[in-house]
Amino acid sequence: MTAGVDLGQPRTQAIRSDEDVVRVRQLVRTVAVAAKLSLVDQTKLVTAASELARNTLVYGGGGAVEVTTVDNGLRRGVRILFADSGPGIADLDLALTDGYTTGGGLGLGLSGARRLVDEFDIDTGVGKGTRITVTKWAR
Amino acid sequence: MERVPILKIGDILLVSIQVDMSDQTALQLQEDLAERIVATGCHGVIIDITALDIVDSFVGRMLSTIASISKVLDAETVVVGMRPAVAITLVELGLSLNGIRTALNVERGMELVAAARADESPYDHELADESDEAETTGSP
Repeated sequence: MTAGVDLGQPRTQAIRSDEDVVRVRQLVRTVAVAAKLSLVDQTKLVTAASELARNTLVYGGGGAVEVTTVDNGLRRGVRILFADSGPGIADLDLALTDGYTTGGGLGLGLSGARRLVDEFDIDTGVGKGTRITVTKWAR
Repeated sequence: MERVPILKIGDILLVSIQVDMSDQTALQLQEDLAERIVATGCHGVIIDITALDIVDSFVGRMLSTIASISKVLDAETVVVGMRPAVAITLVELGLSLNGIRTALNVERGMELVAAARADESPYDHELADESDEAETTGSP
């Protein structure tokens, strides 16, 4: 479980096309700037969001993203939920291994995105779809 | 879909990426560049990413692929203008950008292309005089 109180309404963006992945990056950037993340942290979060949004599109067959500003009493941060109702991930450990891919990519999307954020939760199963929640805290 | 323009300056193709590229735009750029290298016979490709606020694994792979394609087509690729935050993020992401030459700005990129060509040429090329840069760069 991840701690933290939601601040304000989450902002959502559907992921149905290439162009939506660009929109997700822009949305996450806007929220990260408002949450006063440092430039490097903004860059890491937007990059992670780009990887995960592409996964939602390519492997999940599309879905949606929800971006929320959160506060844990000490720090403010940005939390992003990526949800799809695709086939799910059968072997999570394997999917999180650097260089493993079923899509012809570099196999860095999931594993790389996990390194770029502070918290990473994944809920998936065959036929269940995939929900990934990531959080980056301001320093 | 947006398309990234490719400019020809002498023996060099210059690509300055000014938009947040969709994956399709990135793939189109890859194809456009390969065609322009062959059509123009240029021996250098400079990709300016100053305006890019992120480089993810897809764009990173595109840069590597462009470098490999250019190499096969007898052109050198130099990626210039990477922001510090982008560099930090790329390393953490795990992207190594194999085979890509980098330079801090377009001017140095052009010098690098010229130097790479001179190294490979069987003839002696006189390099432009680049001695005595009077500017201090702020390093201690």
